[in-house]
Amino acid sequence: MLNVGKLNEGFVLDHIQAGKAMSIYRDLKLDKLDCCVAIIKNARSEVMEKKDIIKVECDIETLDLDILGFIDCDITVNIIKDGEIVEKKELNLPDTIENVIKCKNPRCITSIEQELKHVFILTDKERKIYRCKYCEEKYGEKR
Amino acid sequence: MRHLMSPLDFTVEELDEILDLARKIEAHPEKYAHVCAGKKLATIFYEPSTRTRLSFEAAMMNLGGNVLGFSSAASSSAAKGESVADTIRMVSCYADICAMRHPKEGAPLVASLHSSIPVINAGDGGHQHPTQTITDLLTIKALKGRLGSLTIGLCGDLKFGRTVHSLIHALSRYHDVTFVLISPEELRIPGYIREEVLDAKKIKYKEVVRLEDVMPELDLLYMTRVQRERFFNEEDYVRMKDFYILDKEKMKLAREDMLVLHPLPRVNEISVEVDEDPRAVYFKQVQYGVYARMALILTLLGITVE
Repeated sequence: MLNVGKLNEGFVLDHIQAGKAMSIYRDLKLDKLDCCVAIIKNARSEVMEKKDIIKVECDIETLDLDILGFIDCDITVNIIKDGEIVEKKELNLPDTIENVIKCKNPRCITSIEQELKHVFILTDKERKIYRCKYCEEKYGEKR
Repeated sequence: MRHLMSPLDFTVEELDEILDLARKIEAHPEKYAHVCAGKKLATIFYEPSTRTRLSFEAAMMNLGGNVLGFSSAASSSAAKGESVADTIRMVSCYADICAMRHPKEGAPLVASLHSSIPVINAGDGGHQHPTQTITDLLTIKALKGRLGSLTIGLCGDLKFGRTVHSLIHALSRYHDVTFVLISPEELRIPGYIREEVLDAKKIKYKEVVRLEDVMPELDLLYMTRVQRERFFNEEDYVRMKDFYILDKEKMKLAREDMLVLHPLPRVNEISVEVDEDPRAVYFKQVQYGVYARMALILTLLGITVE
């Protein structure tokens, strides 16, 4: 198996569904960071057969990982300090999601005003329902 | 400072206060004739509307205030590409309160986020139309004397009709309300209203196709228009538009104190012969719309009258 060096401080996002690492890279805006990021695709996994892993070497305060709870609650987030795992972060659904997903309602004001942020609000925690802040369209609803 | 985006922005108690104020205005309009002297209402309408805009303007004039605004996107800076945020910043410098209609859903909310004056949503696409809902509630309260313990028939286009969705939301907050949902199969109430409002709040309701069968049990019948613009093909529209026509014969089946409401404009879903029936209150509803908007303007401007 391909080896990527050990982190001194940062995060390891493990158990990402195979093939999803690049979209998470974009959603977490890792391209904007000036630090070392390793993406491992299709790593062997006993449980998942194949999985993706992302390693980010940065100050642990730098990243807002809440969005991961929305993307996939099963991702494991290991927080590394001084080369050791100091915490396994539990993922929760964020209350709001900003500029990650887009409202697909053609009647929504965001469809004509390009500068507006796309904001979704968690309206039903149990059923994981997010609605557009402006038009209240449910995210993922088939039109 | 408060805005009005959805009828649920107000608590039941706050809504009751607005309805009570509207009733006081109805009883003594002269007391309120000058209370907004020196105040200006901006009606910024990005799409045509006769009733709502005139109702807002009449409401402000009845309060002694002035009105300014535009009545289509073509006659505003929107045609030049100005954003809603910039428009409301500009309007905030000219007026004390603003009523906005926009074809895009959520546009008034965007305005409220950038405004230094109260913004009233005067209809945003198929989303919300809170002043119509407050008008409906006021009409029911004034003519029935209560908002609870009612069996309400909603008839026609229950799928796309935003007034129906808002009214269900608003009335579901009152005690012992039963809905009878009367529509053709294709225009039934959307699943999310059934699940998130009716089932979630354990509201009694039933869905039927034939209006005649349920007429005798209704305290109120809220008729709606089937809107041509909601259909992709003309054939479906033509078939649906004549599905329900309320006429004298059907009115014979109703209770003597049942009321017929309609948000207007009507096309042919209520036969003109019904207009003479004292139970047909849809034109009174228009008058209540002015009182409701007067009460709302006073509330949002924080003006109290002893």
